[in-house]
Amino acid sequence: MKQLLMGTVALVALGVAPAAAQQPVKIGFISTFSGPTAVIGNDMRNSFEIALDHLGRKMAGKPVEVVYEDDQQKPEVGVQKSQKLVESDKVDFVVGFIWSNVLLASLKPIVDSQTFLISANAGPSQIAGEQCSPFFFSTSWQNDQTPQAMGEYMNQKGVKTAFLMGPNYAAGKDMLTGVRFTFKGQVVGEELTRWPDQLDFSTELSKVRAAKPDSVFVFYPGAAGVQFLTQYVQSGLKGQIPLYTAFTIDETTLPLQKDLALGVPGAQEWVNDLPNEANRKFVADYRAKHQKGPSFYGAQSYDAANLVNSAVVAVNGDLNKKDAVRDTMRKADYASVRGPYKYGNNHFPIQNFYLQDVVKDAGGNLALKTVTTIVKDSQDKFHDRCTMKW
Amino acid sequence: MNHLFMPRNAVVVVLLLLLAALPLYASLAGNPFLVTLFTRILILAMAATSLNFILGYGGMVSFGHAVYLGIGGYAVGILAFEGVTSGFVQWPLAIIACALFALAVGALSLRTRGVYFIMITLAFAQLIYYFGVGLDRYGADDGLSIRQRSAFAGPIDLSNRTQFYYLCLLLLIATIYVTWHLVNSRFGMVLQGSRSNDRRMRAIGFPTFRYRLTGFVIAGAICGLAGALLANHTGFISPATMHWTRSGDLIVMVVLGGMASSFGPLFGAVVLLTLEEALPLAIRTLATPLFGDVAVRMGEYWQILLGPLFLLVVLFARGGIDGLLAGSRRD
Amino acid sequence: MLLFLEQCLNGLQFGLLLFLLAAGLTLVFGIMDLVNLAHGSLYMMGAYFAATFTAWTDSFVAGALLALLATLLLGMILEVVALRPLYGRDHLDHVLGTFGLILFFNELVRIVWGPAGLSLPLPTGLIYPVELLPGLFYPTYRIVIIVVALVVALFLYVLVMHTRLGMLIRAGASNREMTGALGININLLYTLVFGLGAALAGLAGLMQAPILTVQIGMGENILILAFVVIIIGGIGSIRGAFIAAVLVGLIDTVGRAFLPDLLRLVLSSRGASTVAPAMSSMMIYLLMAIVLVLRPEGLFPASGK
Repeated sequence: MKQLLMGTVALVALGVAPAAAQQPVKIGFISTFSGPTAVIGNDMRNSFEIALDHLGRKMAGKPVEVVYEDDQQKPEVGVQKSQKLVESDKVDFVVGFIWSNVLLASLKPIVDSQTFLISANAGPSQIAGEQCSPFFFSTSWQNDQTPQAMGEYMNQKGVKTAFLMGPNYAAGKDMLTGVRFTFKGQVVGEELTRWPDQLDFSTELSKVRAAKPDSVFVFYPGAAGVQFLTQYVQSGLKGQIPLYTAFTIDETTLPLQKDLALGVPGAQEWVNDLPNEANRKFVADYRAKHQKGPSFYGAQSYDAANLVNSAVVAVNGDLNKKDAVRDTMRKADYASVRGPYKYGNNHFPIQNFYLQDVVKDAGGNLALKTVTTIVKDSQDKFHDRCTMKW
Repeated sequence: MNHLFMPRNAVVVVLLLLLAALPLYASLAGNPFLVTLFTRILILAMAATSLNFILGYGGMVSFGHAVYLGIGGYAVGILAFEGVTSGFVQWPLAIIACALFALAVGALSLRTRGVYFIMITLAFAQLIYYFGVGLDRYGADDGLSIRQRSAFAGPIDLSNRTQFYYLCLLLLIATIYVTWHLVNSRFGMVLQGSRSNDRRMRAIGFPTFRYRLTGFVIAGAICGLAGALLANHTGFISPATMHWTRSGDLIVMVVLGGMASSFGPLFGAVVLLTLEEALPLAIRTLATPLFGDVAVRMGEYWQILLGPLFLLVVLFARGGIDGLLAGSRRD
Repeated sequence: MLLFLEQCLNGLQFGLLLFLLAAGLTLVFGIMDLVNLAHGSLYMMGAYFAATFTAWTDSFVAGALLALLATLLLGMILEVVALRPLYGRDHLDHVLGTFGLILFFNELVRIVWGPAGLSLPLPTGLIYPVELLPGLFYPTYRIVIIVVALVVALFLYVLVMHTRLGMLIRAGASNREMTGALGININLLYTLVFGLGAALAGLAGLMQAPILTVQIGMGENILILAFVVIIIGGIGSIRGAFIAAVLVGLIDTVGRAFLPDLLRLVLSSRGASTVAPAMSSMMIYLLMAIVLVLRPEGLFPASGK
């Protein structure tokens, strides 16, 4: 009898133990996989997948399961998908978020359930400030930082007056505020256009022409960036008024913008030719697999995977130790493709920003190249509104 | 006696029992998300029922009914944003705001009929939609997050998922009951009579305009309450809730479920919102023996069946699901 | 002054694009009494066909002509297969049935062309602007749109007013039963009219494609504006559609252009940017509501019954 009991216990123990080790790490990935901006979502997914491949699809010995959800670029869809990931799929991490308005709407259900949210793109000022959360981390930037860098660059170039244009949603407003913060010249006009359906900028471009500024700064991500540039050229403004951009020209839009984008500078925290080993490997493997280069959206997603991995490894797969997970992530102790960086108190990166330009490479193909470092170790200006201290 | 044991009534009873038991099942199965999913279905069924009152019975095809979901939602959202979190203030205000708006819109629109009525309700809906888009302080297009649920006194805690679910179920049943009562009263008779032949009703001496306007306002007010519930449920409100395509969704629920029937809108809401899961599953199950692995990808394209399905319902199954269940004997 | 002229040209261009879409819609509504929500889907198909054929033939013009033909055929097939049973039915039935068609087309496009949408690059010759007046530069392609739309408007006018087919169309709009009773093949007439409407929608879709978008669901936003236009102009009236479309285009564009500056006098810059486009959109719907309440048959109704 005792033997039977012991045997049963042993059998049960054997049956249970491996099962626990095989509990996968579940990651929910929210991005846009339909509509004209699906190309961005696909870039992020491809990059995330390459990161997982590089990790052998395991973190701390546990298999990784990813559930991809489409937010359709709509905040209310993002909220519902977030709820589903957290309540139904019971994911350990939610990663992704291209759009600031989708992120702002989805923040609450995720962090209220004590699930870690890692934004691989959107960086609204609210989450860097009053709404900062111990469960939120960014592997991208805070929206204002990139245009702030571009404003610095415009100062360096001696630009006296500027006309600002962007889409009328959370990120667009942050971008224009960012430029205004650092740009020392005079802003002679500012236009916020309807987002995401306004793709006809003729009305606003006519105003630009009438205002006669020294320069124009724009932020138009995705398909809007393609149409803006096309219309900018069509209206004849490109030769007359230099254009300065943030997030308007990248590897996803360049194939469509083609020569129209030549010589238009942009500010970025990552460019494909940054000289570190992790980046070289990432870009090379991505190019080999997809016959084109990754964009910064993808680079940030690649980093998100590795940030998560660093935390899972540190707690040896025991994801209930949320404080330990957080402490590890705060160290940002992984090989980021942008080079090493630190986290501010609000869990946003303190990092360099570079100037990227569009040039023709040796083969006559259009490429994005790093020209110079605009600013080093830039921290967003909302971190003191965040009450987190550590 | 036979009348009571119709298949349709059996389905209704079974459905109500299942809905009542859902939270229990969800906690046993360890899947609380089911409650979240069905709460949404209940709230939209309530909105569809209010629409059915004027559309199915009254013949008023309003393409702007989703506006009331928005106004109700924004009432809760704006008040919460400004620091007023008491449900005792938010919900009545939501209902009153919707009633007033319905009064204004109805007074102007109900002078027209047919496609003109459809278009004018659409015009007012878009007016409010763009007004919401212009609300800079309250998030405009990005929408407004609602940090906490409406607060009521004592033991009522809306952030308790199960409590909230039962509240929505209760309000839905109340709505269906009120609608049924109104429809079978003199008021409802005048409304339905006005749909068939307005001139005759007026000839008999009924001031049909006043009756229709009253019906329009009641429907708007109930939908406003649904809007307040929806805002609490999602924790978020944006102008997108009021877009004309969302009114279209409500109309689809009403027609698919069966116009001029008490439980039709509930059927419609349940079917439409579960079709999102059910159709891909059905396609996968049917196609796998024939196409093997490809069947999974085929399942992703289920919406291509949805469109022709509506067209077929419109052409051949006028009574909707309720009509199919009740056979030729519909009350 | 130049800015005002430029904005007027922008408004005219947008209005004329709307006219192309509204013309088909008003014809179908006026003659067959059919509320066709799927008109926006035909607009979308025109753009998708153009993008595909241009890529195959490497020529924008060839791609556009093929796309026009394809949309015309698609429209006629759609009419025969799906829409005939809806004639004579309640408007609500039309709305629902054609709403179902919208879903069908959106999904069909997703299956055939994928979820991301396509792009249609401008032919190089049309990329740069032209100087209309000293100091007034305007994108060449937009001038092309204006010219093409005006030519089509003229063609429609000649067709409806001075040809036998046009006479039949006007007769059908005035009194369907009589026209049928006179021995005209109503079925064929309806199919042709629907095909014409589809081709017009396809033309609008393919023309805006190089400067705007080719994506799933692109017809839904502009469809609602087209309905507004035909209500304001009068159902069944092409002249009404023309005037109303240009009016709506001008209100929307000039509103977007000058309202923000006006509002900046009382609101913050950000507030003005948010409120202004919303207000100009609201003005259009307000106009439609006013027309419906005061003069429901429209500003220029088709010949009365």
